[in-house]
Amino acid sequence: MITVKDLHKSFGKTEVLKGIDAKVEESEVVCVIGPSGSGKSTFLRCLNLLEEVTSGEIEIDGDVLTDPKVDINAVRSQVGMVFQHFNLFPHKTVLENISLAPIKVKGLSKSEADKEGQALLDKVGLGDKANVYPESLSGGQKQRVAIARSLAMNPKVMLFDEPTSALDPELVGDVLQVMKDLAVEGMTMVVVTHEMGFAREVGDRVLFMDEGIIMEEGSPSQIFDDPQNPRTQSFLSKIL
Amino acid sequence: MFDAIMDSHYIRSFQAIFPEGLILTIGITLAGLFFGFIIGAIVGLGRLSKKKIINLPSLWFVEIVRGTPMLAQILFIYSGLTEDIIGFNIGALPTAIIAIAINAGAYIAEIVRGTVHSIDKGQREAGRALGLSERETMRLIVWPQAFKRMIPPLGNQFVISLKDTSLFSVIAIGELLYLGKQYYNITYSPFQTLIVVCFLYLCITIPASFFLRRLERKLDV
Repeated sequence: MITVKDLHKSFGKTEVLKGIDAKVEESEVVCVIGPSGSGKSTFLRCLNLLEEVTSGEIEIDGDVLTDPKVDINAVRSQVGMVFQHFNLFPHKTVLENISLAPIKVKGLSKSEADKEGQALLDKVGLGDKANVYPESLSGGQKQRVAIARSLAMNPKVMLFDEPTSALDPELVGDVLQVMKDLAVEGMTMVVVTHEMGFAREVGDRVLFMDEGIIMEEGSPSQIFDDPQNPRTQSFLSKIL
Repeated sequence: MFDAIMDSHYIRSFQAIFPEGLILTIGITLAGLFFGFIIGAIVGLGRLSKKKIINLPSLWFVEIVRGTPMLAQILFIYSGLTEDIIGFNIGALPTAIIAIAINAGAYIAEIVRGTVHSIDKGQREAGRALGLSERETMRLIVWPQAFKRMIPPLGNQFVISLKDTSLFSVIAIGELLYLGKQYYNITYSPFQTLIVVCFLYLCITIPASFFLRRLERKLDV
């Protein structure tokens, strides 16, 4: 589903990604872990070109994103993204947040989009919040709305950028549950996370990134129980 | 007693100023701000542009207008510019409206630029990540939020422009301060007269601030 070849990304003179090669299969859940500053968020943001790629190739479901001729808006509408800070639109109601892109990008009528939006809200357990504004929601509720908003575009892939890092600990569970449900339904997911429990339980594969490269990858049990790379070992020993 | 008050300089200067001076002050402010909004919107958009050919002239406009005294600008437009360049004097009232318009325009341009930049870049990223184009993201997500944040500084600009009109007394526009000066030059009553003049400015600025604060609360900005 996703193929990344020799991806490099520099900010000015600082090279943040130093050659990433990765593959994500359909319906696979890949968790990206690593210390802060390792480039994992940048890597994720390259996958829908929120960061301009310096060199290398990214292919998602047959579309080569790094080809200058590609219609980036069309590609992005196929790739959902959930941000650490939710980034809900504060001037729109919860339902409007969700139905905006389907109406504007997919050309759905308002009633169709609202109906689908309402169904998605029910799915993330917030069916009664359709007509409130985001500011009245808790962090966990906001993040679930943000997930529903991404799902409304029927993406082929969902990218999660530390989706629970900005949440109070007691609110993390609800968001992770929604993500688990998605994984069970067969959504292809790339999740940058510090939730090792989630990576172990839900992840099909774990990538450990440090210093702009993938230092080690493997199944959750390989990475967590028997890490080979000393950097992985030292990182895990600090957090587990 | 009543006659004494009615005969005082407070009342008589008020009668000399009101309502003509007030009408002219408000009229110039509103006309100037109308054009100021247009200039501010255009220049502000220019300042937001990544294209140097648009951005730089916008920046120069803002820097020149903000970096020179308004009194000098007024005299320049009134005498220097109009007589030397276009060969005739455009008159006091057009000068006043132009002076307010370019000054308010420069400040409004910065308000536009500042508020658009103040919108969290995550908002733009969220819009783009959903597949909205750059234009749609700006129109549907960034601008509506920026407009709300523009209201308090725009209100502020109204008050500033209103007070700036007092500078037009130097080109003999019959606004509040000019009429006041005319009165006390004859009567030698600057104290009472200027109290009346300032009182009339406050009659507009205080309700304006009050209204703005309520609007801000209502919009929750």
